[in-house]
Amino acid sequence: MSRHTLSVLVENKPGVLARVSALFSRRGFNIDSLAVGPTEHNDISRMTIVVSVEELPLEQVTKQLNKLVNVLKIVELDPSQSVQRELTLIKVKADSESRSHVLELVQLFRARCVDVAADAVTIEVTGTPDKLDAFVKVLEPFGIKELVQSGMVAVGRGARSITDRSLRALDRTA
Amino acid sequence: MTERMTGAQALVRALEHVGVDTVFGIPGGAILPAYDPLYDSVKVRHVLVRHEQGAGHAAEGYAQATGKVGVCMATSGPGATNLVTPLADAFMDSVPIVAITGQVASPMIGTDAFQEADISGITMPITKHNFLVTDPGDIARTIMEAFHIASTGRPGPVLVDISKDALQAETVFSWPPVMQLPGYRPVTRPHSKQIREAAKLIAEARRPVLYVGGGVHKAHASAELLQLAELTNIPVVTTLMARGAFPDGHPQHMGMPGMHGTVSAVGALQKSDLIIGLGVRFDDRVTGDLSTFAPYAKIVHADIDPAEISKNRHADVPIVGDCKEVLTDLIAAVQAGGQKGDYDEWWRLLNGYKRTYPLGYEQFEDGSLAPQYVMERLSALVGPDAYYVAGVGQHQMWASQFINYENPGTFINSGGAGTMGFAVPAAMGAKMGRPESTVWAIDGDGCFQMTNQELATCALEGVPIKVAVINNGNLGMVRQWQTLFYDKRYSNTDLQATRRIPDFVKLADAYGCVGLRCERPEDVDAVIKKAMEINDVPVVIDFVVHQDAMVWPMVAAGTSNDDIKIARDMAPKWENEDE
Repeated sequence: MSRHTLSVLVENKPGVLARVSALFSRRGFNIDSLAVGPTEHNDISRMTIVVSVEELPLEQVTKQLNKLVNVLKIVELDPSQSVQRELTLIKVKADSESRSHVLELVQLFRARCVDVAADAVTIEVTGTPDKLDAFVKVLEPFGIKELVQSGMVAVGRGARSITDRSLRALDRTA
Repeated sequence: MTERMTGAQALVRALEHVGVDTVFGIPGGAILPAYDPLYDSVKVRHVLVRHEQGAGHAAEGYAQATGKVGVCMATSGPGATNLVTPLADAFMDSVPIVAITGQVASPMIGTDAFQEADISGITMPITKHNFLVTDPGDIARTIMEAFHIASTGRPGPVLVDISKDALQAETVFSWPPVMQLPGYRPVTRPHSKQIREAAKLIAEARRPVLYVGGGVHKAHASAELLQLAELTNIPVVTTLMARGAFPDGHPQHMGMPGMHGTVSAVGALQKSDLIIGLGVRFDDRVTGDLSTFAPYAKIVHADIDPAEISKNRHADVPIVGDCKEVLTDLIAAVQAGGQKGDYDEWWRLLNGYKRTYPLGYEQFEDGSLAPQYVMERLSALVGPDAYYVAGVGQHQMWASQFINYENPGTFINSGGAGTMGFAVPAAMGAKMGRPESTVWAIDGDGCFQMTNQELATCALEGVPIKVAVINNGNLGMVRQWQTLFYDKRYSNTDLQATRRIPDFVKLADAYGCVGLRCERPEDVDAVIKKAMEINDVPVVIDFVVHQDAMVWPMVAAGTSNDDIKIARDMAPKWENEDE
C-alpha cells in the first residue's frame, strides 16, 4: 500500500464533507488524514485527503468521488512536486530543570513555544509527517501530556493553480 | 416572468414545467402543504398508493416503461424511510426517479421532532444525489436540477427533501430557473481514438462476443446494436437488464449470460477472445468467480459511467460514452476499416452449444404444473408486444428464460438489488405509463405477499394489470439453494400453500380484481385466454406449480462459469470445440 494525497475541490455546501467521507468508508477505504477549509473563493472548499491504497483502488475511489455532484475537481499531489504540511500542538512536561532542554529542541526543529506554565510548555510545530514524528520522538522522554494534530494540507509547487478552471465553471452557472 | 406563490405551489408548478403527468404517493403531516395545490393541478395526476414502497416501485415501473423520470412523493419520517428500498433498487438498476419528501419545519430539524428522519443522510449512499431544501426560493431550481441529474448521464434516483416551512412560505416563482451544478458534467461522446482501437480489435478477433447490458436499452440503442451485430456477424448475449434489447428470435442471439444463463451465452463469454461490453458492469451474477471469467478475452468496455470501467475486470479499451453514440461511432469505424472478421469456426462452436444445450425443464409425472410451461404459454399467447414485470427469485429467472423478448424494455425487473415485492407496484407504474399496452406482472407467492396491497390502487384507479402468481408455496429460490447447498434442510422457506392462507383467488376478489386459479397443464391456455379477455379490472391468476421445480442452468455462487451445471450434477461438455 502506498500513501496518496488527494486535493479535492468541492462546492461549499452543507453535507459535502459527509458525502465525501461516507463514500470512502462505504467503498472500504481508510482515510489517514482529512483536512477541509475555505479557499480563495467563497463558493469553493478544499479537502486534502491522505489515503493508503494501491494504484487500482485509488483510481476507483477517484472515479467514485468524481461522481459526487458537489465535487468539482480532484488532483493527486505528488509529494516531490508539492508542499505538504501538518500542524501539531504538543503539551510537554517541563519544569525549571528540564525547560531549557525542551526549548533547545524547539529551536532545533524550528518549532514555537506558544504557552508556558510552571510545569509544562505547549509547542506548535509544522512540517512534513516525518519531521513531526521525529520531533515527537525526541520530546517523549520529557513526558507528553497532550498532543493534537491537524490533517495534512498540501499545495502544488510552481505558479499553476488547480482552482482556476473550477472557478470558471462556477462563474458560468452563477 | 415572475409570480408570487407559496413554496408548495412553486413545487407543483415546477413539476408541471418539467413535464410530470403522474405522481405516486401518500400524504402526511410534513408534505401536506404540497398536497393542497396538487389537488388543483390538471396536468399532474396523483395516484394514492397503499404503501410508500409501492409508490417508489410504481415510479420505477413508469420510468422503465416510458423512459421518462418516474415520480413518487411521501411525508417525513416513516413515509420517507418506506422509500428507501425502491431508491436502493433504482440506484442499483440506474432507473431515473425523483422522490419528493416532506421534512419537518427547518427550526425543528435535528430536534428529534415528531416524524423526523434524516432522509437525505439515510439515502446518501443509495441516491445519485439528494437535496435538503429549506428556502422556498430554492424549490423550483432544485426540482429542475433533480430531474436533470436523474435523467442524464447514468440515470438514477434523486431525492428532494423539503421542509414544511419552505412549502408554506411565500416565494417568487420564475421559470426556467438557472441550474447550479458546476460539478456535474456527464460525458456522452466517446473518444474517437478508443473507438478506432475497438474496431481494430474487432477485426482481429476470432471469437468476439457482444455483452449487452441495461445501458443499451437506457440509451435507446437497440437499432444501432442490431446494425453493428449484423454488420460484423458477432454473437450477442443480453443480460437480465437488457432482455429484449436484442431480439431473442435473432439467430445471433446466444441468450442470457450469468448464474442462470444459457450454456451458449455463458460459453460465448468464457471461450471468447474479445468481449465488447456495452452498458454492462461485469456484475458478479454474470462473471461468476472473477479470476476465471473469460480467461482468454480482451475487453472493450463502453459505459457512460467511468467508474464502471475496469471496476471488476480490467478493460483493454475503455470507452466512456452513451451507448447510442458509442455504437454509432463503432459502426462507422468498422465500416471504414472494411475488414471483416473470420468467425466461421466460432459460430460452429457456439451453434453446437446452442443445439446441444437448449433451455429445458422437467415435467412432473403426477400431472402437476411446471412453472416453466406457464412462461412458455404466456409467451406464446400474450406475445412480444406486452410488458412483463417480474419480482425476484425463481419466477424471475424463468420469466427471463422462457418468455421471448423481441422488443427493448419489455422485461422489467429488479436486477441489481433483487427486491422481492417489486412486480405488482412496478407493473402498475408501467401500465400507467403505457396504458395502451398489456402489462403482465409475473410474481412469486412470496414476492406477491409483500406488496399486493397495490392491487387496491390498481382496481380503484382503473389500472387493469394482469398478475400471474407462480405459486409453489415456498420462497422458491431460497428453497432451491437449501436443496443444493444445505442438505435439503428447508429452514423457513415453506409458506404452507396447501392451507391456502391467504387464498389468492379470494384475495383478488377482495381487492376488486378477478381471481382465477390454474393447477393443471391442460388448463393453462384457457386461463391465460380468459385473463386476456378481461380489460376493465385487474386479473390475478394463481398458478399452483410444483414446489420442486428448479432453475437451470446454474453457476453456483462464487464458482467459475466453467463449472455451469445444466441440471443437478450435470455439466455440459465443453470439449466439442475440438470437433
